[in-house]
Amino acid sequence: MLKAINALLAVLAGVGGGFALYLILNWLVERLPGRWEDRIKPYIFIGPAIVFVTIFLVYPALRTAYLSFFDDDGEEFVGLANYVDLLGESSFLNALFNNVLWLIVVPAGVVIAGLIVAVLADQLSTRGENTVKSFIFLPMAISFVGASTIWRFVYAFEPEGRPQIGLLNAVWTFFGGDPVAWIQNDSFRLNSFLLMVIMIWLQTGFAMVLLSAAIKNVPTETVEAARIDGASEIQIFFQVVVPQIWSTVVTVFVTVLILTLKIFDIIYVMTGGRFNTDVIGNRFITELINFGRDGRASAIVVMLLVAVIPVMIYQVRQFRQMEATR
Amino acid sequence: MTTTTPPLAPEAEVSEPAKPSGGKPRRGIGTIIVRVALLAMVLAWTIPTIGLLVTSGREPDVVSNSGWWTVLSSPLDFTQWTAQNYDEVLTAQGMGNAFLNSLVVTIPATVIPILVAAFAAYAFTFMKFPGRDFFFIMLVGLLVVPLQVAFIPLLQIFGEIGIVGTFPAVWLAHAAFGMPLAVYLLRNYMEGLPGEVIESAKVDGASHFVTFWRLIIPMSTPALAAYAIFQFLWVWNDLLVALIFLGPGENEVVTVNLSTLVGTLGSDWHLLTAAAFITMIVPMVVFLTLQRYFVRGLTAGSVKG
Repeated sequence: MLKAINALLAVLAGVGGGFALYLILNWLVERLPGRWEDRIKPYIFIGPAIVFVTIFLVYPALRTAYLSFFDDDGEEFVGLANYVDLLGESSFLNALFNNVLWLIVVPAGVVIAGLIVAVLADQLSTRGENTVKSFIFLPMAISFVGASTIWRFVYAFEPEGRPQIGLLNAVWTFFGGDPVAWIQNDSFRLNSFLLMVIMIWLQTGFAMVLLSAAIKNVPTETVEAARIDGASEIQIFFQVVVPQIWSTVVTVFVTVLILTLKIFDIIYVMTGGRFNTDVIGNRFITELINFGRDGRASAIVVMLLVAVIPVMIYQVRQFRQMEATR
Repeated sequence: MTTTTPPLAPEAEVSEPAKPSGGKPRRGIGTIIVRVALLAMVLAWTIPTIGLLVTSGREPDVVSNSGWWTVLSSPLDFTQWTAQNYDEVLTAQGMGNAFLNSLVVTIPATVIPILVAAFAAYAFTFMKFPGRDFFFIMLVGLLVVPLQVAFIPLLQIFGEIGIVGTFPAVWLAHAAFGMPLAVYLLRNYMEGLPGEVIESAKVDGASHFVTFWRLIIPMSTPALAAYAIFQFLWVWNDLLVALIFLGPGENEVVTVNLSTLVGTLGSDWHLLTAAAFITMIVPMVVFLTLQRYFVRGLTAGSVKG
């Protein structure tokens, strides 16, 4: 109860205080001679937002890059040693390899699953379509931790002779297989793929919404014209529809790609990185929390950041283009 | 990127409005295949969650000795149902406390960035000043930066002022991490507002502050709501930031509590399922009631870092 009151006070103090701050600054600026008022006022409006991101994002990012060249206490300059050490460890290279697998499988899986639902549901009546899409979309509300728990239960394993309470093993043994400890089975990275299923399951709804909207924007005439020319439905889809929704496909793909690059929660909850499933997002937390190795943890995030830079440039360029056409 | 999709585009809804008839081809055998495929996908997307929900209400010994689907043969046998699992998770396993903490974390972490971002978005849209493009492009770039880059220095800063493990640490962190998206989203929305309204307010002698508060804020409600729901769900479902800045213990949130339980309870599925469902209930309700707004926020801000 006390906590709830505290939170309420925090909201009131935060919002009230923040608003009061703007009011006071605004009042002060309005006392200034006209020319100065117009010059300074914009900075009062954007100031707090810029201060927030500078203190809590920009400065820490630069400081992290700096720390990545120091030892784990942040005292002694070690040059590239953290990077060299990490890239020389088979466990880290293994995590990198898994990350690459995730980056290949998950965004593609999400786009394909989202496209299938969007295209097939489009054939149903409006009511049927909306119902189907709501079901596929619902997991978007579930956290990665919650979804991991749901799927851990699907993959649950009991020794042979005991009733299988996990759905996958129940189906598997029903068809005559021996029960499998799915999460511990890393032959052909089976367990990593099973973890990727969770992410695809969570994100398909997102892809579906965007792709479905794009498909509905494809002019009917282009499809009809192809049909009159005798094209099959499959030809129409790949040669008429896909080129027209391509920019949305790219949007979805890149968005899921960024999310996948930083994937952490699913591995943290399901395996803690054991059984050959580690990824760099989880390795970062292990280095930071379990071992307190700041230098190495910093080096890991810098690698993440470098991987994101091309996307960042692309993003800014896209934005500039959009502004130019406004 | 998001920039290829117009923000708050009305066409991006989960539910499509009724459309003119005649657009949908219907063929016999094809229709059946389509229906079967869709049914299979719907089942794959719902059954895992249903299994969780069913299990959370079953007696512990039946949970470990029979699959949850066996209830389908006798759903009305009330001796197998119990609320005991929820009771134990909420009290003995600390989920009740964590639930309260999640609310305490999420509400300020949603409200504070909105206020700050709204002022900034107004200036970026309606004021001209040197550095405007530079600052805005900086925010656009920050949209995709992985949050992890900030953790180590922030832990040091928060450690020095002694707020690691307390609520203000996560409020500040989430407010900052949500800021680029908030400004981006609100500014793009304000850009689409009719310019004449603002011009005429200026002619009438209204100050920027009054224009902002009396005109722009009320007109921007859809965008403010979309961002609020997006940020609320994001913060509530977040594990990473909560784990680093609050950690397990007295102030832990539901996601941290659940991830600890998965480690300690292992295969006590009657408890894990109940705990998982408690973490899901708030986002589910928010989501189901405000889906339309949520989708808009998602569409416009899909690249959050």
